[in-house]
Order: sequence, then structure tokens, then C-alpha cells
Amino acid sequence: MKYYLLIPFLPLAAFVINILFGRGLIRDKAHWISCLTIIGSFIASIITGIDVINGKIINEDLYTWIVAGKFSVSVGFLIDPLTAVMLFVVTGVGSLIFIYSIGYMHGDKGYYRFFSYLSLFIFFMLMLIMSNNFIQLYLGWEGVGLCSYFLIGFWYEKKAAADAGKKAFITNRFGDFGFALGVFMIFLTFGSVHYIPVFSEVKNIVGQTVNILGYEVNLITLIALLLFCGAVGKSAQIPLHVWLPDAMEGPTPVSALIHAATMVTAGVFMVARCNAIFNLSQVAMNVVAIVGGVTSLFAATIAVAQNDIKRVIAYSTLSHLGMMFLACGVGAYAAGVFHLYTHAFFKALLFLAAGSVIHAVGHNDIQRMGGLRKYMPITYLTMFVAALSAGGIPGLAGFFSKDEIIWSAFASGSLVGKFVWVLVTAVAFFTPFYSFRMIFLAFHGKFRGTHHEEHHLHESPPVMTIPLIFLALGAIGVGWVGIPEILGGGAHFAEFLKPVLGHPEFHGTHAQEWGIMGLSTTIAISGIIIAAIFYLMKTYIPIKLAQQLSPIYRLLFNKYYVDELYHHILIRPILWVSTRFIEGITDAKIIEGIVNGVPKTIGRFAVILRKIQSGVTQHYAIFMAAGVFILVALILW
Amino acid sequence: MNLQLPPLGPIMPEIFMTSLALILLMADLFIKKKEVLAGASILGVLVVAYTLIGSSGSTFGGMFISDGYSSFFKAIFFINLILSVLISIKYIRIERVNFGEYYSLIALSTLGMMIMASAADLIVLYLGLELMALSTYILAGFIRYDIKSNEAALKYFLLGAFSSAFLLYGISLIYGLTGTTSIKAIASFISEKGLVGNPALSLSMTLFVVAFGFKIAAVPFHMWAPDAYEGAPTSITAFMSVGPKAAGFAVLGRVFMIAFASIKFEWTFLLIPLSILSMAIGNIVALAQSNIKRMLAYSSIAHAGYALIGVIAANTDGVASMMNYLMIYAFMNIGAFAVVIMLRTEGFKGENITDYEGLAKTHPFLSALMLIFMFSLTGIPPTAGFIGKLYVFMSAINAGYTWLVLVAVVFSVISAYFYLRIVMYMYMREPKIEVGTSKSGTLGVALGVTAVMVLAIGVYPKCLVELARAALSGF
Repeated sequence: MKYYLLIPFLPLAAFVINILFGRGLIRDKAHWISCLTIIGSFIASIITGIDVINGKIINEDLYTWIVAGKFSVSVGFLIDPLTAVMLFVVTGVGSLIFIYSIGYMHGDKGYYRFFSYLSLFIFFMLMLIMSNNFIQLYLGWEGVGLCSYFLIGFWYEKKAAADAGKKAFITNRFGDFGFALGVFMIFLTFGSVHYIPVFSEVKNIVGQTVNILGYEVNLITLIALLLFCGAVGKSAQIPLHVWLPDAMEGPTPVSALIHAATMVTAGVFMVARCNAIFNLSQVAMNVVAIVGGVTSLFAATIAVAQNDIKRVIAYSTLSHLGMMFLACGVGAYAAGVFHLYTHAFFKALLFLAAGSVIHAVGHNDIQRMGGLRKYMPITYLTMFVAALSAGGIPGLAGFFSKDEIIWSAFASGSLVGKFVWVLVTAVAFFTPFYSFRMIFLAFHGKFRGTHHEEHHLHESPPVMTIPLIFLALGAIGVGWVGIPEILGGGAHFAEFLKPVLGHPEFHGTHAQEWGIMGLSTTIAISGIIIAAIFYLMKTYIPIKLAQQLSPIYRLLFNKYYVDELYHHILIRPILWVSTRFIEGITDAKIIEGIVNGVPKTIGRFAVILRKIQSGVTQHYAIFMAAGVFILVALILW
Repeated sequence: MNLQLPPLGPIMPEIFMTSLALILLMADLFIKKKEVLAGASILGVLVVAYTLIGSSGSTFGGMFISDGYSSFFKAIFFINLILSVLISIKYIRIERVNFGEYYSLIALSTLGMMIMASAADLIVLYLGLELMALSTYILAGFIRYDIKSNEAALKYFLLGAFSSAFLLYGISLIYGLTGTTSIKAIASFISEKGLVGNPALSLSMTLFVVAFGFKIAAVPFHMWAPDAYEGAPTSITAFMSVGPKAAGFAVLGRVFMIAFASIKFEWTFLLIPLSILSMAIGNIVALAQSNIKRMLAYSSIAHAGYALIGVIAANTDGVASMMNYLMIYAFMNIGAFAVVIMLRTEGFKGENITDYEGLAKTHPFLSALMLIFMFSLTGIPPTAGFIGKLYVFMSAINAGYTWLVLVAVVFSVISAYFYLRIVMYMYMREPKIEVGTSKSGTLGVALGVTAVMVLAIGVYPKCLVELARAALSGF
């Protein structure tokens, strides 16, 4: 039996049932169907995963949707080690977030709608990762984007939420356009959109070029970079990162599920999946590594100066996604996917704990929190664990994956590798620093909010804290499957993925590996210590520092002014040109001529044609007779 | 003298259909609750559909044939009948024309279509065509007290009679030329005697184009359609926008692909302008409509243009794609009309496009269904409409008509404007007036079936596509 089909189709069934009957019949019981189905998917994923571990790899077309000549679109599934890991992450973390949402969304008037969209999202996400061809991947890709748009703008009465939804959607258009072109190029080049034939034939086109506007461009590089465009949009890398922080307007479980654990990692998954293509283009690999590395440091520095608890975590997500790309870019795909896997746990936990805090405090501003630890001990402890794991403190999940990335970057031996190693080592300082800045400001010291707010402080209900505890266990332990050899582990994770992702060549000694590990650990711990000094002991330092380094602080606080930059170099000029130039001079003639004119002309035409329809039967008969004459004339001419 | 009966197996469905129509007419005298008749007609059609299985073969000296091709079209007619009856039950009560002969006439009209699809002889074809047409004229004028309904019936009748004259003229010309009315015999006579290029043959073929063009409402023989569609009871508009059109295509396919196979070049030459004009006039004039029934009438003209492209491809793939298209059209169009009927309540017509403003706020479920039908009529995946267009276009491209497909795609884009305008009104405008709906179980069933089929065919088109191909195996 194809029980693996249950994995995507259970959530789809939940969506259909909830959207059809949620409003009238199910209402506040919508979570039952959604939660039970995703747990069902999780169990099926585990069973499938065990099969994969035992060496059973599934690659089959379920059915062919349409056939047009050579071009056939089919629904098919590929379940290999990479898919198995993703399935575990999506359904496992997804289940916990679904359960958490029961408490978080309790009493919301769109309760059934929320769970319908979540289930639909999971369906598309699963179709994306289980696909065996690029078209289905693209379908899932757009599907998760659509659900993300729905869920960011879930509270659409709030203007900021509706705007953020639009921003996410429009920003992703840029990336997806490139991605779609990439898929077209793949079909034109290989005559197939299925992974296996494409990946096995890609080595035959090494060195082929295409002529674009007079420039000879390497075909593989072109395809790889076009695909990467999609990843840049979906995984919010520079320069398309602007949508992700704004996406925090959505409900917090959405941020945890879509904008941390699953959808935004689709880009990393896609690059890893297409490693056969990327490996053959050094240019594309370098672009991936540098974009990832720069985004990672860039976002980490911004996170230092943010006061909105969710935005701190959002920038942290950008930073970690950058690290995953960086790993892929130096050929260490397994390290990237390993970090994707551990990150899903500790980042979902950070978000959910932040959601628990927001639930109690009622706002997002960490400057107006403080001392929460005695009111909400479980949230505090779990978030602390998540921060340690994210910061790369030895023994926790995040440490192993981060260490592997840092080591891979260093040991890749290339110049780009060394460059991104410097970047990621700097990130190793900032990550624990901003994580603990957030924790110290929110949970330690005295409560800085109003008395009214203080009165309401409480720990969240068990339906929310139990998922936190499970995720905390994950944030501690899920990395143990990938303990590197020098620490006495077997690097099982990388071994498991090796058939799909291969293994990079390392140029380094054990001594160097120890040294790198020691260095990054020292840096991470110093990050925590400095955060403690700044925000626990000598709280005047950060304020003074912000004053003395006011330009830098403002730069970070304003996120390097990228939004403003886009506003000035893209939106303003477009507006200016359109108001002054087009509206003033040519609008009435050219733009209106085209944009309104075409429909208007057609419309006018329609009105004229409509007059033929006079309502007089004799006219109709004459018209018919004229038609007959013309046809006879045509044929007998 | 040989008085033996010809084998009745192939014609069994028609015999049952005739009995059904007559029983309904008789039962009307005794049964007060006309809903019973509606139920009986649906049950009866299911029985007829059952007799269709295993009815293949030809009879009456080869004048009547039951093959995969005719069976596929008969399936469309049965679906058309069942769905139309389902959406009628409450509607004709609201219109205060709840009479029993309504169902009998629908059955008779369907009988005519069935005979057309099975006609292997031009005389039988004409017989079926007139039976279908006469029943439909009456149905169009069924709201006796409504002047618009009367007008619709009369116009349809007058112009229909006019087009019948062309058909008879065409038949008599071909009879004079070949001495036979059998479709197969005509084909072999033309090729044996080398009649290709004979002006009388071309003239006869042209007259067939006119008569069939009238039935499928192709421009310039479409003039009756907007007035008849608007004036007729909405349930009948749904019925006649699908059934007679499909029947027209059935005879078009059989006569042109078989009888006139050797002058393929000539009739495709005539059908191309017909197809382009239908898409152009249908889609463009639909933009200017404010009445949704009229808009759907023009849309139906445009869809005849798309389906014609399949015939123009003039090979089995093309004909299969045309059959496919008509089956899909049946579901999406009756679905759209079912929504229109739902808005018709006591004292409120609900036919203006502006009546749909803000419908999503007050009736989200109904709006979602309308959205599916409008997407499908536009041809947006993953709805059935996309599949229908895709296969028609593909067959035309394979037959070398890429330019025609480009034209069709441009008109598809234009059509998005008026289909999606309904969606825009429903979802992006505020409701101005209170719009009620007339809910009924049967209408709900019809809406559910059509929506599910539109999506199911869109997601899993293989079954239908293969069915249409298989139906053509003996063609």
C-alpha cells in the first residue's frame, strides 16, 4: 500500500473539511481535525523514514496530469534520505506548532479559517518536499507562498498585517520569476522536468553556453543562478530579505511554522536537492556562499539593535538561513541540511516562547518587559535552552550543526570559503549576544511595564507549554545524530544523506578542527558573557554605547536603511516618474491609451457590435443570409 | 413481403426515452405534485442510460448507428438533462410555471439529440434535429405570461425554421448529386466518382455549415442566441446552451469527418472564420453586457468557437478534444447557471451583474462555487476549463494551426475580463442591496456535482481524455 500518500493528503482532507464546514458546523473544534491529521502525517512520515533508513527509496509517478508532446506534467513522489529528513522536520515540528496554536488562537473569530490555512500550508509544503519533478516543486512553492500570504494577513483588519502580506507576496514575485525561468530552461535543455533524468544528464552539458544579448553565458551557471533567485526570495536572503521581518505581523505560530521552521527553508532544500546542478558551476556556488554569508552577518548585526521580540528572532532566522546557504555554497550540503533540521527545533521554540510572552504581556516590546522569569518559569527555561542551542553552546543541537558549517567553510580550502568563514565566525559572536540580550531584557531585572499589565502576567496554559517542553528537548537532543567524528560521534546524519548530497572534500587536520571548534565556542560563550554584563550587571553600558556610537546604532536600529533604500531607489522614483512624467505628460495619451484604451476600445467595439443585435428578427434573418452569401462566395470563388 | 422487425438493440435507449417522455405526459394528468415527475424523469434517464450499455451496432438498414461516438454524446445529453431537471424543480415553482409537460418536453428534446448523435443517415439526422428544436422552442417560451419568454421562443422558432430550410436544401443537393442520404455512402460516392471540386458539392457542404452553425450558435448564425437565452427560463437556458450545442457538434463531427472527409480542406476553410468570429464576437460583446444570462449567452457563443478549433484540426485527436470540451462545458456552464438560478427569489430576478456585488460577504460558499465556475470558463488551472482548452489547442497545434491557437489564446485573455469581473464584484465590492438565495436540496446537489466534476476533471483529466479517445475507436 502506498501509505506515504497519507502524508500530504491527510492535511489536505483536513483543509477541505474545515473550510467547508468550519464556519457552520465545526467552528471552535476546527483544531481537532487539523491536529489529528498532521499527527497522522507525522506517524506516516516516521514509518516512511524507517523504510528509507532500511534502504527503500521511493520514486514513482502517481499519475500524469497532462501530456503535451514531450512536456508531461505528473504528480510524483521521491522519498529519499533528504525527503525523509524534511518530512520529519515539517510534520514533527508542525504537529507541535499545531497543538500550541490551539491555546494561542483560542477565541479568535477566524479560528476555523486559521486551522484550514495551516493544514493547506502543510499540504503544499509536503508536496514541495516530496515531489520528484520541478513542476510539482514549483506548484508547492507557489502554494506555500499563497498560504503564507493568507496567514501573514490573517488579521487583515490590521493595516500593517495586510500590507506585510502584500509585501511578502510581491517581493517573492521577483524571486519566483527567476525560479520559473530556471524551470523553463531546465525543460528546454533536458526535455524533462523530472529530477532523476535532469540530474543524471546535467554533466553532459558542462561547458555549453547560451547567448544572452550578445554575451556567452555558461548554461549550467545560468540555470543554477535562476533557481537560486527563487531561493533568495523564498528564504529571504539579501536583497529580497525585506519581507520576512514584516511578516511577523502574522500570528506567532505562523511565524514559527512558516517563517522559521519550514517554508523559508524551502530555498535551502531546493538548492540541496539540485546539488547536481550547483556542483557543476563554481560561479553559482560562490554566489550562494557569499549571499548566504553576507546575509548571515548582516542580519545578525541588525538583530542586536531591535526591540520587537519577534523581529529579533526574525533577523536571527535570516542569519541562520544565510548560514545554511553558506554551507551549501561551500559544497557542504549535508551540513546545511543538518542546520536546517536543528534550526527548525530551536527557532520554532524561540518563536513559540516569544508567543507565550506576548500572550501574557500583550505587546512585543522587550524594553517594556523584564522580570518575567518568576511569572512564567516554563517559558523562561525553554527559551533559555533555545537561546543556548541557537548560540552554539557545546552539547546542544545547534552547536553540532553550526560547528559543522564553520568547519566546512574553513576546510573547503577556497578563498571564498575562507572569506565566509570569517563572516560566520563573527556571526558566532552575535547570535548568542542578541539571543541573550533578548532573554535578559525580557525575563530578568524588574518588570518595566504598567501595573495594569503586571497584573495580567501569567504562565501560558499547558496546551502551549507542553509543545514548548517537547521542542526544548528537541533543541537539546536532535543534534546528537550528527556528532562529528573527532568528538567520538559517527556523523550519522551526514552519512545518511551522503547518497543524495555527497560529501565535500575537506582540507584540514584534526588539530585545525579542534582549533576552529575551540575558537567558535570561546566566541559564543564570550557573546553570552558580554550580553550578561551589558544587560544584567552594568545596564548603563548599552545606553552609553548607543549614544557614543550613535551613527552605528542608528544604522543597525534602522536595519541598514534597506527598506528606505528601496523606498528611495525603487518606489519613490517609480512614483515620481509616474506622477510627474507619466501622469503629467504622457498619461492621458500613452498610458491611458494602453492600459485603459485597450479595454475601452474593445468596450467601444463591443457597444457598436452590440447594436447589430437590434432585437428585430428580420434583421437577424438578413444577417444570417448575408453570412450564407459570404460563405458561399468564399467557397465558390 | 418481409415484415420482420429490424434489430432493436441499438435503438433501445431511444425507445426507452420515448416511453419515458410519454409516461411523463400521461402521469401529469394524475399526479398533483410535479416534483414527483421530476424525480421520475431522473430515474427514467438513469434507466435509459443503463440500456445504453451494450447497445452498440447499427440498425434500420444502417440508418441508425450506436457507437462509442454517439454514446459519448448521449452521456453528455443525460448529464445535461439530469442537471437541468435538478436546477429546475424549485425554479419553475418560483416562476409559477410548475407544469408536468415541462419534464416531458425536456425528455423529448433529449430524445431528438440522441437521434441526432446516432444518425447515420441525413433523413434521420433531420428528424432528430427537428424533434429537438421543436421541443426546445416550446421550452424557451414556457413562461407563458412573460413577454420576454414569448419573444425568445418566437425568435428562436422563426430563425430555427430559417436554418432548417438551409439544411434541407443542403440535403436535397447532396441527394441529387449522389443519389443517397446515407452518410457513409455519400463519402464513398464522392471519392469513387471524383466529385471533389464539384461546385454543387461545395455549395451543399456550405449549407450544412450554415445549419449546424446555427445549432451551435456560431457567428454569424448566432443572432438568436442572446435573445433566446435571456428570455427563456434560466433552467432552460442552461439546458439549451449545452444540449443542442453538443448535438450540433455531434452531427457536425459525423457529417464532416465522414461524409465530407474528402473535401476536408474546403470545410476547414469555412469553419476557421466561423471559429474566429465566434470567439471574437462572443468574447468582445460579452464585455458590454449587464445581464448575466446575456453575458453567459455570448460566452456560450465564444465557447462554440473554441470547440470548433477541435473540429478544424480534422483528425481523431481534434474530434476527441472537441468531445472532451463539450463534456467539460456541460459541467461548468450548468454550474454557473445553477448559481444564477440560486439568486432568483420570489420577487427578485437576480440577473444583473451588479447583483453579485459583495456576494462573498453574505454568501461565501455560493461565491466560492461561482469563482470555481468562472475560473473554469476562463480556463484557469486546476479547473476543467483549462484541460478542455489545453487539449483543443494542442490538437490544433499538432495539426499545424498554431496561429489559430494564438488567436484563441488572445480571446481567452479578453474573456478573463468579464468572467473575473463577476469574481471581482463578489469579493472586492461591498454589498449594495440585500440579495437572498433560494436554497433547495436538488439545486445544492447540482451545484455540488458540477463543482466537484469541474475540479476533479481539472486535477485528474486522464479518465475523461481517455474515454473520449476510446469512444472514437470505431469512428
